[in-house]
Amino acid sequence: MTRRPGTTRVRRAINAIAYVTLTVVGVTMLVPFAWMVSTSLKAPAYAVEFPPRWIPSEPDTVEVSGQTCAVATVADRGGGRGSKTSNGTSTPRLLDSSTLRNLRVAILRYSPQGAHVRVLSPSSRVGEELVVPETQLHPVRIVRLHWANYADAWHAEGVRVRDAFFGLVRQADGFLVFYTNSIFVTICITIGTVFTSSLAAFAFSRLRFPGRDAIFLGYLATLMVPAIVIMLPVYALLSNLRLTNTYAALIFPPMFSAYGTFLLRQFFMTIPRELEDAAIIDGASPFGVYRHIILPLSKPALATLTTFVFLHSWNDFLWPLMVVDRLALKTLPIGLAHFQDSYTTEYHVLMAASVIVMVPVLIVFLIGQRYFVRGIALSGMKG
Amino acid sequence: MTQQLADAPPLSPRRRRAAALQALPFLLPNILGFLIFTFLPVLACFGLSLTDYRLAPIATLHDLREQMRFVGLGNFGQLLGFHHEGGRLVANDAEFWRYLGNTLFLMLGIPISIAGSLLLALLLNQQLRGITIFRTIYFLPTVSSAVAVCIVWKWIFHQQPNEVGLLNSLLMALGVSNPPDWLGSMQWAKPAFIIMVLWLGIGGYNCVLYLAGLQGVPQELYEAAALDGAGPWARLRHITWPLLSPTTFFVVTMSVIAGLQGSFLFTAAFLMTGGGPAGATTTLMLYIYNYAIAWHQLGYAAAIAAVLFCLVFSFTLINWRYGQRLVHYQ
Repeated sequence: MTRRPGTTRVRRAINAIAYVTLTVVGVTMLVPFAWMVSTSLKAPAYAVEFPPRWIPSEPDTVEVSGQTCAVATVADRGGGRGSKTSNGTSTPRLLDSSTLRNLRVAILRYSPQGAHVRVLSPSSRVGEELVVPETQLHPVRIVRLHWANYADAWHAEGVRVRDAFFGLVRQADGFLVFYTNSIFVTICITIGTVFTSSLAAFAFSRLRFPGRDAIFLGYLATLMVPAIVIMLPVYALLSNLRLTNTYAALIFPPMFSAYGTFLLRQFFMTIPRELEDAAIIDGASPFGVYRHIILPLSKPALATLTTFVFLHSWNDFLWPLMVVDRLALKTLPIGLAHFQDSYTTEYHVLMAASVIVMVPVLIVFLIGQRYFVRGIALSGMKG
Repeated sequence: MTQQLADAPPLSPRRRRAAALQALPFLLPNILGFLIFTFLPVLACFGLSLTDYRLAPIATLHDLREQMRFVGLGNFGQLLGFHHEGGRLVANDAEFWRYLGNTLFLMLGIPISIAGSLLLALLLNQQLRGITIFRTIYFLPTVSSAVAVCIVWKWIFHQQPNEVGLLNSLLMALGVSNPPDWLGSMQWAKPAFIIMVLWLGIGGYNCVLYLAGLQGVPQELYEAAALDGAGPWARLRHITWPLLSPTTFFVVTMSVIAGLQGSFLFTAAFLMTGGGPAGATTTLMLYIYNYAIAWHQLGYAAAIAAVLFCLVFSFTLINWRYGQRLVHYQ
């Protein structure tokens, strides 16, 4: 690209603006995630604080003659700040505040004169007891990460299940139940969708049969229909057949949206026919063409669909909410919602649970990101 | 797709049957499921909307007939109709109109969100080092579990007599002395939801679609324009924007359809406010859910769903009919 003089300077200015904007937006995007992780590691008593702290910390304490005391440093804040609230005459041992600098003390008790403290360091003054105006005390905080929140969330009090999970006896509590359900349901939906819709997409793109285009139009028409329109009758059907609260109810209905068939058909259409003509002349059956030519050439599209379906069913909320209310069958999203009901105010545990729910999704997204982004472009632009 | 069919010769009836038999095993697994779980339910929903079906445990077909009586357009009359009450015209189902209003109000964030997505895509399209990291970060909210996202935002909006959430701490630090109780007040609950939707959507699907659109704009056009002395703004206005209009058309269509359905806002209302305070965040979706699941009135719920479908459908139709004119194709 030929550049006129001056364009580079404009270019550089644009880049600088771009970077700044992108960074500001990026940080804003990450704040809720960071806040979630930060809160999830805080001790219960310090989850809600004003002003908020990003690094989980709590007041340091020390045992002094069997009593738990808060640790503080004494610093002369200079000026007359100390004397504003405490009268100088009532703290006789504080005449020369410079000697008090950099002391690390344990607060024993408070009295009208100020805080009674015992020096912890430096070693030359250890054990000395002083009375210090409260305003000169700086509470010492130490960074302490409360990993126990994660254990609390994982064991989710009140969520204990003992049931038969496909012949195995499953005795588990808390999020382990939701996790096994989510993994099982998501894998079934993903495999089922990719398998059945790739077969159908093959028929729609490669085989000739009467009514093909009309049927495909029927598929396309449903893409525009609000999901709830489809869910209500299926829900009614399943409840009448007493099939709510089953794995089948969680797995089968979401498996057959037109989306997968549509996406794969669009991709299969782009594969040149010459490739399969040779195979057909060599006597390959349609299934042979599907298995040995179309599928291997469609890996990117299959990966796209897999990532899409996985993320979608892992995060799906409404459908499981409608068809499942037995604890033992809840998937992670509705499990987390249930959990929120019983831990409404304990945000440190709620945040830990949210992290637990979110981590696998983020991993799958980071692995499948390329395919996911391509899938949006593919289905979006051609839809 | 029809072009590919046209170049093949027509089949004889016998070959047609053979071809159908050949296609059957490929189609059957998907098409059966599709019929039962997607296609027929759409028709069934319209059927249900003409009944007063109340879901209750049934023993026999006879019971089912008791629970499901044909009421014609009765549900729609109740839902959309008006009656006179003391000389004034009153909606039969005032809540429906209110929740429709809520749904539309919450869609006010869509134009801002789309403009933001376009802006971000323009920035992301600059050949800058490390740009993929930004792209990943912006997309994170979209792939995150909606439930977890809602719980985190509830915590960010938190406001109790002695407790201040992250957002209000920030506002107080910026000098707002009396920040709103976001989720607890009638006026602020909807803006709070819009903030959340903006955070969620700005770097999401729309941004990726715009980015794909931008990458399809031929570089030669920019070079030619630059040679003619067009500045960055002129190039954006006269090349990028017109060439992106098919993307914009698609993005607007999909966003409005998604906004009418509001599946994220359903989750948000369900988990964060329960649709309140006093119905301020109840959307049509939550209204349908309440009728169907909480109150077991599937007939009426189906009628609301059918109205939602008609809204989506007529929007799409109008959009195709008139919106297309604004689209510039290369």
